[in-house]
Amino acid sequence: MMKTGAEILCECLLKEGVEVVFGFPGGVLLPLYDTLPKYPELRHILVRHEQGAAHAADGYARVTGKVGVCIATSGPGATNLVTGIANAYLDSVPVLAITGQVPTFFIGKDAFQEVDITGITIPITKYNHLVLDAGDLATYVREAIHIAQTGRPGPVLLDIPRDVLQAKTEFIFPEKIDLPGYKPKLFGHPSQIKKATDLINTVERPVIIAGHGVNISRAFPELKELAEKSQIPVVTTFLGIGCFPESHVLSYGWLGMHGMGYANKAIHHSDLVIAIGMRFDDRATGVVSAFAPQAQIIHIDIDAAEIGKNLNADIPIVGDIKNVLQVMNKQITKREHVAWLSQLNEWRTMHPATEIREHEGVLPQYIIRQIYEATKGDTIIVTDVGQQQMWAAQYFFYDKPNSFISSGGLGTMGFGLPASIGVKVGAPHETVWCVCGDGGFQMTVQELATMVQENLDINIAVMNNGWLGMVRQWQELIYNKRYFGTQLYNPDFVKIAEAYGIKGVKVSKKIDVRPAIEKAMEHKGPFLIEFVVEPEENVYPFVPPGKTLVEFLEMPSPTGSLKK
Amino acid sequence: MTRKHILVALVQDKPGVLNRIASTLRRRNFNIESIAVGHIEIPNLSRMTIVVEGDDAKVEQVRKQLDRVVEVIRISDITYENPVEREMAMIKVKASAATRSEIIQIADIFRTNIVDVSPDSLIIVATGNQEKVDTLIELLRGFGIRELSRTGTIALPRGGAGPLTIEENKPLRHVVEHVLSEEEENLPNW
Repeated sequence: MMKTGAEILCECLLKEGVEVVFGFPGGVLLPLYDTLPKYPELRHILVRHEQGAAHAADGYARVTGKVGVCIATSGPGATNLVTGIANAYLDSVPVLAITGQVPTFFIGKDAFQEVDITGITIPITKYNHLVLDAGDLATYVREAIHIAQTGRPGPVLLDIPRDVLQAKTEFIFPEKIDLPGYKPKLFGHPSQIKKATDLINTVERPVIIAGHGVNISRAFPELKELAEKSQIPVVTTFLGIGCFPESHVLSYGWLGMHGMGYANKAIHHSDLVIAIGMRFDDRATGVVSAFAPQAQIIHIDIDAAEIGKNLNADIPIVGDIKNVLQVMNKQITKREHVAWLSQLNEWRTMHPATEIREHEGVLPQYIIRQIYEATKGDTIIVTDVGQQQMWAAQYFFYDKPNSFISSGGLGTMGFGLPASIGVKVGAPHETVWCVCGDGGFQMTVQELATMVQENLDINIAVMNNGWLGMVRQWQELIYNKRYFGTQLYNPDFVKIAEAYGIKGVKVSKKIDVRPAIEKAMEHKGPFLIEFVVEPEENVYPFVPPGKTLVEFLEMPSPTGSLKK
Repeated sequence: MTRKHILVALVQDKPGVLNRIASTLRRRNFNIESIAVGHIEIPNLSRMTIVVEGDDAKVEQVRKQLDRVVEVIRISDITYENPVEREMAMIKVKASAATRSEIIQIADIFRTNIVDVSPDSLIIVATGNQEKVDTLIELLRGFGIRELSRTGTIALPRGGAGPLTIEENKPLRHVVEHVLSEEEENLPNW
C-alpha cells in the first residue's frame, strides 16, 4: 500500500508497541503533525520544551521497560533534546528520539533551522541515522527500536527530513532486520560462571553490589535467590535502589559518596565483591585504587566494554544478568556467613544513616520520611538532582523495583519534573511524587503546563532552601565557606503553581508537613507543596572527593565537630 | 607498555561509520596514526586498518568500545599476530641533472617505481612497511621533497584464517567479547 513517510513512521511505531510520544512540533515536522491525528492510538503529549520531551520519554521508559519516544523539530528543537539524550545514554535508558530535518535538497546548505543532529549525537547515542529515503524508513525505525531496547539499552535517534515525511512510497513492514554487527552477548560463558560460583562458595566475606542492570534485566527474583541461598549481603548502587527490597534482612543500603557508611564499610572489608550490572562509577567507588582493597571482583555486565574500564575484574562475565544469575543459582551452595553478617549489623548500628535528628525547623529528611509514612512506601519517587535527590534516596525505603527514578550518570538538574510526567503516563495507577530542589525545579518549570494540560495526578514537593544546596555544601566543606553563585532569589512557588492552574500550599512549619502531604495525595491532578526547609542542611554521610569509601564524614554531633 | 597497535575491523558500508569510529577514538584521547579503508571481497563490507599508539589495556578497552558500534561486524587487534604490513607512498622529489641519477639509485635500492619524470622532479612510488617508507623519505629529504602522500598502513595476519576471515556459507559472527584463556576459547560459546 502506498503511504507517506509520516504514515509509515506512525504505523511502525504502533507495530513496535509504542503508545505514547512526547513531542513539540515545528516547521519541518508539520507533515508528521498533520498525520498524527489519523493515529489516535498513538497518544501525543505536548511538552513545553524539547528537553522535557526527552526526560519524559526517559522516565516513561524507566517505569515501563518499553522504549520512550520523543519528537522534536530540526535545529533548536533537536539541540534541545541533547541533554535528555545524554541523560538516557549515561543511565542506559531506551529512548527513541525522532527529529525533523530540513528537506534533503537543503541539507548542508545551512538552511533555516538546520543542524547536523546525527553528527552532534554520535557520542551520546547507541545508534543514529539520517533517513534519506522514505522507502528505508520502516527498516530504520525497526532497527532503531530493536537496538534501543536490547543488549545494554540506550538512546537512538532518527533524523527525518521533511520531504521524506511527505514522500509516498510502498509500505512493507520489514519482518526481519539484518544487523550483522549487532549481537549482544546474552549468555555468560559457562566456565566463567563456574569459576565465579566456585569462588562464591568458598569465600567468607562476600558482598553483592547490585546496579541498574538488575532493574533493566528484571532479574529481581534471581538476585534475591542468590542472596538468600548463599546469605550474601546486598548493597545497591544509587540507580540500583529498589532492585532488592530495602526492608530485606540482607539489604545493606547503597554505596558511594552519599551512601550508607555501613554499605561502604562492608565493601571495603569484603573478600569478594560480586558486581552485578554496575559500572564502578567514580561516585560509587571513591578513590578507585583503594576500592575494596582485600576483595576479588566478579563483574557481571552485558556490555563487554564495561569490563576492566574503571576497575579490573578477577572474573568477568559478559551476559544478560537474568540469564547469568539463573545459571549461577544452580551452582551456588547454601552458606551462612554468620560472623560476617553480624559484623555488618554492628556497623549498621555504629553508623546509622537514616535517623532524623530532633529539630524544630523543617528538615528535608523529615519531609521525605513523612512522604514515606503517608504513602506507606507505595509510591514512585522521581527526583531532581542535588541534595534532595540524596535525601530522597536515603530517607525513603524502597521495596519495589523501579520505584526510585533519578538521573544518575549525567546528574541532570531539571530532570525531575518532566521525568515525573513520563513516569505518571507510564504508570497511571501508581501515585507519583516528584521531589525537586528550588534550583532544579526552575530549570524545567514550564512542564507544569504539560501536567495541567494532561491532568496528570503528580505530587510535587519543592524543597526551598534558597541555595543551590549541593554546590553550597561543597563550598562549605571543601572551599571553606566561600559561597559564590549559589544563593538563590526565588519566586513564590505556590503562586507560580497557581498561575499554571495548579493547587499549591507553602509549608514552613514542621507541624504542617504531614497534613500538606496528605492534602496533596487526596487531591486529584497535580499538586505542589513548597517546603521552606532548613537552609544550610548538609547531606551526610559524605565521602569527600579524592577519599576512599570508608573515609566518610557523618552528621556532626550536636556538640560540634564532625564524626569520622 | 605503550606501543603501536594495529586494529583491523570489518564494517558495514554505511554513512557515518568512519565518523563513529573516529569519534570513539577521539573520546578516549587516541591519536590516530593512520586509518585505511577499502572494500573487501564481500559486497557492502569494508575493511579498516587503524594504527594507534597506546598501552595494551587501553587499546583493548577502546577495541571493545569500537566493537559496540552497530556497523562494526568484527574488530581485532592483530599487533601480536605477526602481521604483514604495507603502506604506499608517492613522493615527488626535486631532481636536477646533477642529482637525478643518485635519486634513481636510492629508488632502486628500495625497489620502488619511478612513475613520472620531469625536468626538475621525479615521482617515486614506494611500497613497504612503515619503517621502510620512513627511511626512504628521510634519505630523499636532502634532495628536497615537493609533495608527499601516504596511504597509511594496511595489514593481514600471516598463515590461514585470520580473525576477520569470513568462512563461506557461515553467518557473520561476533568476536568473543572478553579475553579468554586458551582452554575457554575451545569451549562452545553459548
